[in-house]
Amino acid sequence: MSIRLRVNGTEHTLDVDPEMPLLWAVRDVLGLTGTKYGCGQALCGACSIHIDGEVVRACVTPVRRADGKAVTTIEGLSADGSHPLQKAWLELSVPQCGFCQAGQIMTAAALLAKRPKPTEQEIDESMGGNICRCGTYIRIRAAIKKAAGVSEE
Amino acid sequence: MVGSPLPTCATNEAMSPPLRGSSVAAVLLSSIVTVVAASGAGCAGGTPPATPLGLRAVAASELRTPADFAGIADRDERSRALFLEATRVMFHPRCRNCHPDGDRPAQGDEGRVHDPPVARGPSDHGAPGLECTSCHQDRNVELARVPGAPKWALAPREMAWVNRTPHALCEQIKDPARNGNKDLAHIVDHSAHDELVAWGWSPGHGRVPAPGTQQQFGALMAAWVESGAECPREETPR
Repeated sequence: MSIRLRVNGTEHTLDVDPEMPLLWAVRDVLGLTGTKYGCGQALCGACSIHIDGEVVRACVTPVRRADGKAVTTIEGLSADGSHPLQKAWLELSVPQCGFCQAGQIMTAAALLAKRPKPTEQEIDESMGGNICRCGTYIRIRAAIKKAAGVSEE
Repeated sequence: MVGSPLPTCATNEAMSPPLRGSSVAAVLLSSIVTVVAASGAGCAGGTPPATPLGLRAVAASELRTPADFAGIADRDERSRALFLEATRVMFHPRCRNCHPDGDRPAQGDEGRVHDPPVARGPSDHGAPGLECTSCHQDRNVELARVPGAPKWALAPREMAWVNRTPHALCEQIKDPARNGNKDLAHIVDHSAHDELVAWGWSPGHGRVPAPGTQQQFGALMAAWVESGAECPREETPR
């Protein structure tokens, strides 16, 4: 079965099993390795990407769900790393090992698209499923606030 | 008197005590466990114990059919008994976990906190960036053990089933303000045919399904409506 999808603005037709995890298609078929494999069970958030602007955990999402839709990965969030979240991430040196950070940023981007000025509770509720084993949560929250122009109390 | 879910031969974790803080439901189900413990020998292979209403005993995985209630001569009592039987589905973990009395769903037969820690969000579909459908697909994903079905979502707050007695649940289900503006015919149709409800009997990955079948559940609800849609009497705390 052919799957047609637009990934980061580029049209692709993939001849793959429709049940293939979208993460496999993105990483192994298209070579976009910014999205990471973490738990494989939708429990950690490392593989978070967007389908038509909505976050999905690509490790459990069959590629057929993206058929005819627009997929955005960390590589496509901005052309030059200029998304406000990416800039804030750099300014606050958020990552430690960095493995979870693409998923963190993609989830945060979806949050800010729907809640441009989120409260701390809204940030915590949206980001609560993205695990960081280095424990950078304080900096992640601060960077989201910085990107949103929300002051730290 | 019809006052609590009808006894069954409980043989699995579906009959475990329910959610934390679910005191009323805990009392109800503990009464079942007491009955079952007292009659365990019969369930183990001998003659099943009779119920207070003379109904045949069934396994925890089995639902009685409307015909099982035909011997209850009083129409109102029959209606109450039919609804109580249906609550064995509605109070089952596969159903109640996403009908929480709060803003977070539960998981498992013991009703543990959902992992990842999800929230109800503005429209019962999760928080922005952590929606139900961020993980749950239109069907179960067996390799990852993630359950899924079309329209996966949290029941609206007014449709909470946790911490409800059978009486309270019944009144709630009949109230259009708390049942999604459905009349009784719609309730029956929803019970019998809704594809998210159907997941309760096909939960995937070793999860204990709701008792019986969706068809049987729908038949029970239809029989309940046809018999007057009476609600069980309110529980009296012991």
